[in-house]
Order: sequence, then structure tokens, then C-alpha cells
Amino acid sequence: MRIGSAKESYAGDSALFDSHTQRVWIGLLAVTLCLFPFLANEYWLYLACLVVINIASTCGLNILTGYTGLVSLGQAAFMGLGAYTVAILQVRTGLPFLLNLLAGGCVAMLAGVLVGLPSLRVKGLYLAIATIAAGVIAHFIFSHFTSLTGGSGGLTVPPARFFGVELDNSFKLYWLIVPVTAVMLLGAANLFRTRIGRAFIAIRDRDISAEVLGISLLRYKLLSFAISSFYAGVAGGLFAYFFRAVSPESFPLLMSIFFLAAVIVGGMGTILGSVLGAVFMTLTPEVLKMVVGWLPAAVFGGNATLILSPIRTIVFGLMIVLFLIFEPHGLAEVWRRIRRLFHLWPFRT
Amino acid sequence: MTIDWWLLFEISLAGLGTGGLYALTGLAFVLIYKATRVVNIAIGEMLMISAYLFFAFSAGMGLPVWLAIPGALLVSGAFGALVERTMIRPMLGESPISSFMVTVGLSSILVGLVELVWTADQQRLPEFLPSKPIEIGQAFVSPKIFYGFWIAVLLIGVVLLVFRFWRGGVALRATASDQAAAYSMGINVPRVFSLTWMAAAIIAGVAGIVVGSIGGISSAMGVFGLSVLVVVIFGGLDSVLGALVGGLSVGLIEALTGFYLGGEYKILATFSLLVLILMLRPYGLFGTHEIERL
Repeated sequence: MRIGSAKESYAGDSALFDSHTQRVWIGLLAVTLCLFPFLANEYWLYLACLVVINIASTCGLNILTGYTGLVSLGQAAFMGLGAYTVAILQVRTGLPFLLNLLAGGCVAMLAGVLVGLPSLRVKGLYLAIATIAAGVIAHFIFSHFTSLTGGSGGLTVPPARFFGVELDNSFKLYWLIVPVTAVMLLGAANLFRTRIGRAFIAIRDRDISAEVLGISLLRYKLLSFAISSFYAGVAGGLFAYFFRAVSPESFPLLMSIFFLAAVIVGGMGTILGSVLGAVFMTLTPEVLKMVVGWLPAAVFGGNATLILSPIRTIVFGLMIVLFLIFEPHGLAEVWRRIRRLFHLWPFRT
Repeated sequence: MTIDWWLLFEISLAGLGTGGLYALTGLAFVLIYKATRVVNIAIGEMLMISAYLFFAFSAGMGLPVWLAIPGALLVSGAFGALVERTMIRPMLGESPISSFMVTVGLSSILVGLVELVWTADQQRLPEFLPSKPIEIGQAFVSPKIFYGFWIAVLLIGVVLLVFRFWRGGVALRATASDQAAAYSMGINVPRVFSLTWMAAAIIAGVAGIVVGSIGGISSAMGVFGLSVLVVVIFGGLDSVLGALVGGLSVGLIEALTGFYLGGEYKILATFSLLVLILMLRPYGLFGTHEIERL
């Protein structure tokens, strides 16, 4: 059983990691993340990179939907914008990848502000549907602005170079993707200790009250869109470097739904939730593949691969529905419950 | 440039024909929204399920069409009630975003089910509409679209009359305008919810069977629901009149852009229209502007 931790200063009270135990665990996590690429095989490294890219994008969407209360189904479109910007810059100019990633984030950010403009007049689900429109329009640009985007065939991205080393496999890309995402996660966690983050939360809880309190809705809603789509843009840039190809079909509406589902499954309005949700949603299809592989083929009448894709679709839908009905606060709440169990042991909640 | 007026007329007629089906599906959507305040993004998939049920009953089990259609509609209605009871009822009192996401999940489940049972390949529904070409002046209208349109008009008329004069319809309108008051007047609100979902599933089912017989059925049929979403936003989420006007306009616009600019501009045109409407009238053409209080 852990006795409450006494805070002796304001700085200690508002610290990100407030207890000794927490710092130790974070340190352990960092060490594990550093050791992971040396222990895992190519397949697990591939999955790890994919998971981490999804974490970055989910975290961006969580800032917008979980913290500011603006539902968006345009996350994939912003990722696409970031990915295309990075791809075009890498093909045409060969600038250093960090600059490209920043540029990708900024282009997505501008688009985000543009898409955010209707959010001043429309709310809730009307806004969600307006962001679907953004996705449709982005898809149209990707497939018809052929001179720049390569049309429906898309673009092939040359590998990022870091001091002459080509980052061309999962092992090398891991060292690019994980630090970038870690920095973004830290940034997001810190954002909600500042005035801006608090303003977002106030807007989510009741936007009219927030405005009465002197929070400019125009400024903060657009800011939220900007930050969220910046995250999506950078994640899209990582996506482009990871898959080394972008095409209009890489960023369908289903992908936006995937990120929204990850936010809900993980827990709206928690950074931990973005991480857990993205990990869970990305790994579930892989686990399903394994389970289907283990089961005797006779169960499916001999064509296990044919049956896998519909089962994934069904499980994806079921997870959204079941989480909303039985665990609306998501995995972050489950995590908190487990932690409380250990803190309070041998007593029960 | 001279305009071929007969050609324009012909394309407009085809557009209005599809528009009738949009209006019908939009009506199902608006019914659900009015009664239960759920934005049902799975409407396209509900349409698909009915079309596949019809396919299973007629082509799979070999039932005659006059038996297969009511059968498919009955099962869809029961399915609508089941969805309401198991997925929507537990979300009562939660934020609208949650119930919206539940329908997103539902649509994914339905697509998966259809692919699991019937595979993702395109199938053809058995023919049941007359196939003699219709000519109005020099304009030629595809018979399926022509009869589909009149089926839609007829059904919309029946639904409007039923909800105007039947007791259940009055109960629905009472629930839509004030849930608490309806409760206190002795209306069984949960039953109204079930009834609405059942009715909406059946209406969407009719649209699904007609749409399926025009363009064939596949597991991607739910895309039709995306256009319906534009229709209801255009007309206002809670306005029956809006759904009708919106359905016809969107059908017309899609047909015209599809013909003059090319098929890939269709969805761009409808969604640009959507953005325009949202900027000018955020609550749609005929939707109620809700005034917020603190």
C-alpha cells in the first residue's frame, strides 16, 4: 500500500511525473524502448514503428476531440497532407528529413486552421460531417493535382538520410520515429499544464461558459485544430518515410474512423489513453491474424485468409460499440483501476 | 455553345430519380434523429443489409419476389428494433458523440457480416421491376430509376400520412418535441424509440432493395449513406421537408456534375455543397436553430 505523496511546493504539485515511483517506471520504459530494437525481430520492429506512428496521430486527435471537444473525421486527410508534403520535398529538394517533417506538419496545420473555420459556427456532429468533406476534398486534390502528387499512382519516397546513413529499414527508422513521437507526447502532456491547454478543456466542458470567462473561442478552437493537425502532419511525414510510398488511397475515411476509435478505446482526454488506444487498435488485427492462424483450418472450411478480413472489420466495429457501452472512459480508466488496486492493497476500493 | 435541352432534361430526370431514393433514405435518417437524437451514420449499411436479405430470400432460398420482399423488410424491421434495444438504449443520456460512434461501429460490423456471409463480390438482385423503356418526349428514362422514383414517392406519402394521423405517429412527434412531457402524458417513450428504429429500418430497407436492383449489391453499398448524410445536413437534421428537398437537389446536382464534369467530380460537388451550406446556414435549410442557454 502506498501512502499519499506529500507535495512541498507548487512546482512539485504541478509536475508531470509527481512521484518517485513514477519516475522510476518512466526510466525503465525508456531503457526498454532503447533495448527493444536489439532484441526484436524484423516483424516486431515493423509493428512497433507502425504503432508509434499511430500513437503520434492519435495523440493529435485526442487534443482536438478529447480535450477540446471538437469531433473530427479528417485526421487521415491531415496525415495525407503531411505525408505528401514530405514526399514531394524529399523527392524534389532532398532537404534534411527533420525540416521536411516540420514542413509537413506546418502544411497540415494550415489546412487544419482552414477546416477549423466552420467550427466557429457549427458544432458537434455537424462539424464531424464537415470534416468528412475535408477528407473528400483532400483525396480529390491528391488524385487530380497530378503534376505535384503523381495522380492516382502516388509517389515513391526516397529514404531519409541522417549523416549519410540511409534510414531504409525498420531498425534504423525506429530511431527516428520513436524519439519524434516521444517529444510530441511530452509536448502534449505539457500543453495541458499551460493556459492554452486549460482553455481547451474549458471549451470542451461548456464553450459558452468558456467564452463568458474571457476565452476567445475563435483563437483557441483554431489553435486546437492547428496543433492537432500539426501532429497529424508530422505523423503523416513519418508514415511517408516508413512506407516509402504515398498514394491517394493510403488515407481513406476509414483511417480517420480508426483514429477516432483509438481515441475512444484509449480514453478521451488523456495522453495515456492516446498511447493505449493506438497500441490496442493497431495490435488487435495482428493478434486476430495469429489466432486465426492457430485455429485448425477446418473451422473456417479451409479458407482462413479469406475469412480474416471480414472478421477484422467485425471486431473493429464490435470494439467501438462494446467500449462505448461498457467502458466509456476507455483503457486509461482500466489502467487507473489496476493501479489503484496495487496502491490500496491489501484494502479494496 | 448550344445546350441540348432534351439531353439536359433526360439527365435531370435521372438525377431526380436517384434523388427520390436519397429523399426516402433521408426520411429514415430524419425519423431516427427526430425521435432518438441519434445521428445514424450506419443508414447506408442498414440499406445494404435489407438488399442482401432480399437477395438471400429470393436468389438463395428461391422464394418468389412477392414473398421475398415482405420477408426481407420484416427481418430488417426486427433487426432495427434489435439494434435499438442492444446498442442505442444503453447510450441514453450519454453525449451525442458517443451514440454517433456506436453507429460508426455498427456500420463496420454490418460490412464485416456481409463480407463474411456473401463475400465482398458484387451480386445482382433478381429482376422484379418492369423493363420496358420509358420515353417522355424525346427523353429516355431508365425504367428501374423511373419505377424506383415512384416507389419512393408512394412510400414517402404513406409515411407522412401515417405519422400525421396514426396514434403511434402522433406519439412519435410528441416524443420528438419534448421527451419529458411525452412521458408525463403517458406515452411509452422507450417503445416509441423501438418503433422508430423499426420503421426507419423498413423504410431504408425499401430504398435498399430498389437501389440494389438498380446498381447491383456489394459490401461497398454503404457509400450511398455518405450522400444521404449530405442530403440531411443540406435539409436540416430534424426536418422531413428538408430531407425531401435535399434528396432531390443532391440527386440532381450529382447527375449534372457527373455528366458534364465526369463521375469523379460527383462526390466533390456534393461535399462542396455541404461545406457551402454549413457556412451559410449551419443548421441546414429547414432545420431548427437550437438556442443554447447556460
